[in-house]
Order: sequence, then C-alpha cells, then structure tokens
Amino acid sequence: MSSHESNYQPTTRFGKWLDERLPVNRLVYDQLVAFPTPRNLNYLWTFGGILALCLVVQLITGIVLAMHYQPSGEEAFNSLDHIRRNVNYGWLIQPMHAVGASMFFLAAYIHLFRGLYYGSYKAPREILWILGVFIILAMMATAFMGYSLPWGQMSFWAVTVITNLFSSLDSIIPGMGTAIVEWLWGGYSVSGTTLNRFFSLHYLLPFVIAGLVILHIWALHVVGQNNPAGLDIKSDSDWVPMYPYAVSKDVVGMFAFLLIFAWFMFFLPDYLGHADNFVEADPLVTPPHIVPEWYFLPFYAILRAIPSKLGGVIAMFSSILVLVFIPWLDTARVRSAKYRPIFKWFFWLFVITCIALGYLGALPAEEPYVTYARLFTAYYFAFFLIIMPIVGIIETPKKLPGSITEDVLGPGGGKGASAGAAAAPEKR
Amino acid sequence: MTKTLAKSLGLVAVVAIAGSLTLAPASFAAGGEQPHIEHQRWPFSGIFGQYDSAQLQRGFRVYKEVCSACHGLKRVAFRSLSEPGGPQFSEDSVKALAAEWPNQITDGPNDEGEMFDRAPRPSDPILGPYKNDKAARAAQNGALPPDLSLITRARNTHNDAWFPVHFYLMAKDVFTGYQEGGANYLYALLTGYHEPPEGFTVNEGMNYNAAFPGHQIAMPNVLDGGPVDYSDGQEGYNGPASSLEQNAKDVSAFLSWAADPTLNTRKQIGWQVMLYLLITTILLYAGKRRIWAKFH
Ligand code: HEC
Ligand code: HEM
Repeated sequence: MSSHESNYQPTTRFGKWLDERLPVNRLVYDQLVAFPTPRNLNYLWTFGGILALCLVVQLITGIVLAMHYQPSGEEAFNSLDHIRRNVNYGWLIQPMHAVGASMFFLAAYIHLFRGLYYGSYKAPREILWILGVFIILAMMATAFMGYSLPWGQMSFWAVTVITNLFSSLDSIIPGMGTAIVEWLWGGYSVSGTTLNRFFSLHYLLPFVIAGLVILHIWALHVVGQNNPAGLDIKSDSDWVPMYPYAVSKDVVGMFAFLLIFAWFMFFLPDYLGHADNFVEADPLVTPPHIVPEWYFLPFYAILRAIPSKLGGVIAMFSSILVLVFIPWLDTARVRSAKYRPIFKWFFWLFVITCIALGYLGALPAEEPYVTYARLFTAYYFAFFLIIMPIVGIIETPKKLPGSITEDVLGPGGGKGASAGAAAAPEKR
Repeated sequence: MTKTLAKSLGLVAVVAIAGSLTLAPASFAAGGEQPHIEHQRWPFSGIFGQYDSAQLQRGFRVYKEVCSACHGLKRVAFRSLSEPGGPQFSEDSVKALAAEWPNQITDGPNDEGEMFDRAPRPSDPILGPYKNDKAARAAQNGALPPDLSLITRARNTHNDAWFPVHFYLMAKDVFTGYQEGGANYLYALLTGYHEPPEGFTVNEGMNYNAAFPGHQIAMPNVLDGGPVDYSDGQEGYNGPASSLEQNAKDVSAFLSWAADPTLNTRKQIGWQVMLYLLITTILLYAGKRRIWAKFH
C-alpha cells in the first residue's frame, strides 16, 4: 500500500521547507493518517496498537525502576522492597511494570492467535509474520531476564533451571554444555554476577524489540493489512483512511484493555506472580515446586513432556521456531479460517491444547499429567506439521464474499455512492 | 463430503474434551497432599477492601506481646505504625514504643571507632531478638523463625480443585479482586495446632500443625488460649474479646498490612482510575460509532 500515491500537502512555509529536506511530516501523514485500512477490521486488529502501548509502558516504568534498583546479589531484593515502600509512587510503578509484563504477553498471544486464525501469515505477509516471531522470542528473553531481577527464590531457581538446560548439550559434545552454562553464569553457579549481566541485557533487549517493531510495522505498511475476510483491497470502497477511522477504533481497544490492566494492577498486583518470589533468593533452599510465570507454562509443559533433557530443550525451542515456517506449511488457498470449515475445528482444538499445556505446566511432573502433556505436545506439533499442510489440500473453502465491501454490506453492496465517497480520503 | 468430515471431526473433539473432563477427577484427587485452606473474609479483601485500623492495632499488640519474642519485622519502620492506612497509633505513642523496644539498633562506628547499641528511633526498623540467622537457629533448636515483614505475600494457598472447578475458583478470585491467600494460610497455621492423627509420629521438639507443609513445625502453639487480653490497659475497650481465633485473625491482618502497607491508597486510587478509564472508553466508543456511522 505504500504504492498508494502520497497526497500530503504541507500547509505552512516551514512545513514545505522541511518537506524538501527531511519529509518526516509526510511520512507520518502517509503512514498514520492517510494509510488505507480495510473497512471490515474487527477489534482483534486493535491489538497491534495495544502492543505498541504496552512496549512504551514497559520502557517508561522500567527506566524509572532502574533509577532505584540495585543489581547486586546482596541488595536487589531489598531495593525492590524499598521501591514499593519508600519511593514516591513506587507502589504504583513497580506493579505497573510487573503486571505490565503479563499484560504485554496477553496482548501478544491474542495478536498472534488473531494472525493464526485469519491467515495473516500467508503471502504476501511472510516477513511481517516472521518479524513477529522474532519479536515474541525477544520478549521471552527479556521477560526471563527481567524475572531474575527481584532476586527472590523463584527468580533464582528459574534462572538456575533454565540456564542449566544448556548443559544438555554435553550429550552432543562432552563439556560444551557445561562450558556454555558457566559462561552464561559468569562463574560456577548462579550468583550476583549472573544477576548483574542479566540486568544489563534486560535493559538492552527492549530497544532491540523496539527496532524489530519498526521493521514489523514497515513490512505491514508495504503489504497492507489483512482482514477478517482475508481478501485484498481491490477498489476504493474497500478501504478507509487510518485517521480517523482505524484510529478511533484503536483508542477504544486501548482503553478497554487498560481497564483490565488497571484491574490487575490496583486490585490484584500479586495474583499473576508467585509467592515464593517474596522470599529472598537462597542457593541452599530449593523450593518444592519451581514454576515459571504463566506465559511460559505451555512451553515448560512441552519441555518436561519429552523424556530426554536435550530432546525437551529442542522441542521447547521448536515449538516457537516452527511458527517461522507456517507461511509455507499452510497449503490453503484462502486466508481466513472463517471460510475454512475443517481447519476451524482444528484451530480451536489448538487453542484448547495451548491452554491445557499451560495448566499442565503448573502441575508437578508426575503421572498422569506427564501423559496428558505428551498427548497435547503431540497435537501442538501435529497442528503445524501435519494438519496445516493436509487440511489445506483436502478442504473445500466456503464461498468468499466478492470483495471487502460485500463482506460488510452483503452481496451487491458497496455500489452505493455514500460509502464510496466517504472512503475516499481526498473528498473528506 | 467436507461437511460430514467437519462434523465427525467436531464430534471427535467434543468426545476428546468430554473424555478428559470425566477422566480427570480421579487423578486430580490423588495428587492432593497439600492441606486444604479455607478462604476467609477480611476487611481488606476484595475490590472494596480496606484495612480496619482498630484490627491492625490489636494485631500489633499480638505481634508485640507474642511473636516479637522470636520474629523480627525488619522491613517495617516504627514510624509507619502512625502513618495513614495502617494501625495509625499516635506519633507520640510510636516514639515511646520505639524507645522502649527491647531489641536495640547496632549503630556506629563512634568517634572511638567502636560499634554500639542504642534504642531505636521512629525511623528505625522493628528488629527481632536475634542479631543474625545463626543466633536465631542456635536459640531455636536449629529452626529459623523467619522475618515476618513480607510473610503474607511470601505464602499462598493451593487450589487443588478438579480443573473446571479450578478455573471457576480462579475466575471468582479475579472478578472479586481476592488475593488474600497469604493471610488465609497464616490464619490456618496459627489455628492449625491439633492432636496428630493416629499413626503420625511427631519428632522431638516439633509440633503437629494441620496447615504447615509436612505437618511438623518447630514453632509451638503460641496463641493457645488467646494470650493477648485486648481490654487490658485500655479504658472503655469495646472490641472483640480475646481468643485463639481472634488473636490469630488480628495478627494475620496486621502482618498483611506490614507486607502491603499501601493497599488502602492503591485501591482508592484504583477506583478513581477505573472510573476514569470506564467513562473514557464509553465516550471513545460513542465517538467511534459516530465516525463510522456512514459505513453501516
Ligand atoms: C517461641 C518462638 C516463636 C514465637 C513466639 C512465634 N514463632 Fe513463629 N516460628 C518460630 C519458629 C522456630 C519457626 C520456624 C518453624 C519451622 O521452620 O519449623 C516459626 C515459623 C513461623 C512462620 C513460618 C511458617 C512457614 O510457613 O514457613 C510464621 C508465618 C510464623 N512463625 C508466625 C508467627 C506468628 C504470627 C507469631 C505470633 C503470633 C509467631 N510466629 C510466634 C518460633 C516462634
Ligand atoms: C511488541 C510486539 C508487537 C507489536 C508492537 C506489534 C505491532 C503490530 C501492529 C501495530 C500491527 C498492525 C495492527 C494490527 O493488525 O493489529 C501489527 C500487525 C501484525 N502483527 Fe504484530 N506486533 C507485535 C508482535 C507480533 C507478534 C508476536 C506476531 C506473531 C508472531 C505478530 C504478527 C503480526 C501480523 C501477522 C500482523 C498483520 C496482521 C494483519 O494485518 O492481519 N506481531 N503488529
């Protein structure tokens, strides 16, 4: 859609002068005001903007927290308690960042499942999708390191368990895994040194995410948005300019999302966390159950479902990396699952699978949970590797609407002059 | 053809889900070694909950007269006992309290280069009797009485229900804004000293406790009989009478405040923010409807 001709007109002399030298105003106008958005988008399309908001919230609260936080094994736990009790509005900023991380993942998972349901990963949006997968990986790395910073029991033992996973590489080249683990730790065990470097990386990675988000949005603005019908924009009545149409909807989505955010932050700040993290890290006492934050639980279940340690690690990383390949694994001719009578069922079964894996990830690794986890893990991978290629071939899609306009107004719709006129930004 | 295929697949899915629902209860019941702990209603629980300063004052007395013999409260400063949203003792009584506190602050070095002990000031932390963990263990037969500043946030109860019930209970807590698992545990612990069931052997120096994981705890039944007489030394006292349950409840409330002293402000500001967000969302939605009106 960047091929859409720019019709930005500088209105002031300074604007004209700047436009000839550094056309930032033109960029903003073309990409955020006049940018064509399909007129049939539903509220699931507001989550991209919500995610951008989440990133900004995490950056601002994180930078303020870092002004008071002390990344040392002795003082980290005390400094967070100090922030909550004594720093002005620390009681607000600290849960905003901690709850914010959960909300960020909630929004990212909704955004991702939206893409999965409506086939937003299919051509021409492969790069856009793959950038999304890199973003979620970077988010996971950031969240994992961020979770170590309070230096509570769960912080300490989660770092120990997860970094130790690399030692499984010893079964490929003896000594290699151990060497990597000690390199990550900066010593022979998890210590204040490890915490210090994790803090450094936790501060760095969000800016990497911001860079990836810029590429993500760039790619989106080259290929244009998908939509619930999975159709391309064909005529002028199919789209509306981003401002005020998409923007007015995005802000509704954002404020509704902030309501949920605020509910957890003000009334349930501890609910999504783990009580053991209010006990200071102690290398000599292992908690009876070591569990990650809720947004990692499905992956933790997959890790533990595989009997071999190395196999578990490979399965866990593959469970995300497999997403990179789905633009080519999905053989369907239409994008949106709305018109895919068979795939739809498998999709919802996949959603249930992810929730079930999350539930099992929180339970101890014993029977019968392990067997359940194995079944669901098998379905998790089968969904991408077997069902996506096969169902796309055998299924006959339902009849698609003739155009995006018809999707909104019904067959024969969109011929009316009013809709067409309103859609053309230059006639506003 | 695809339609029948879709239908039969749907059937498979429904059967699979129903199957796992019916299979699960037996297996989930088997895993429950964690003691079941009841939800309590607290003045501060739920979305409208606020601390009751009279209860926090009683709770502080229980802490001072019983728990402080073994446990510290090192993250809580004396002065916060007089701050809003807490027990709200008068500043003078807090000053006097600090000056009389038996556990001294180690300060220094002085001009001679020596460390010295002095009486606490209101800005100092509420210390327990032991200078360090080693000293505590030496005095307590090897057991460590933990600092209680964060104890209610550092403990929680387990939800072992069968999974549909589990999700229902989770949703109930989320919608009512209930996260008082730590206080529930503490109350269950303090009231959980019973005769051990038959066949259960309690080790030397340990006590049977229904709520404590493993059921053997080094801490004795310190609230037996409700040792803190609330009416004592208080003219015109008309609050609840002392009992094991009442002492346990009050000290659990007090320690909840100690761990989360900003709860009152948080929930008050929370409601202002929620209201603002709700109204703004509705206005924005109305605006969006107007902007989009010509498209429907
Ligand atoms: C005689 C000393 C003593 C007194 C008085 C005492 N405790 Fe304890 N407490 C202990 C010891 C010792 C432990 C460690 C128990 C263990 O690890 O087995 C402990 C442990 C605890 C724990 C931690 C339990 C857990 O889940 O790990 C809590 C909570 C607690 N005490 C609360 C209190 C409260 C509240 C009071 C006052 C009503 C109190 N204690 C009075 C000695 C005492
Ligand atoms: C920091 C995290 C992210 C931000 C800020 C972000 C931002 C955005 C924005 C603003 C849009 C356009 C609006 C919309 O369609 O919602 C978008 C679209 C998209 N995003 Fe993301 N995104 C993030 C993470 C992800 C992830 C994790 C994935 C998937 C793995 C992903 C995949 C997509 C896809 C496929 C689209 C196009 C959707 C369509 O047009 O149908 N994004 N993103």
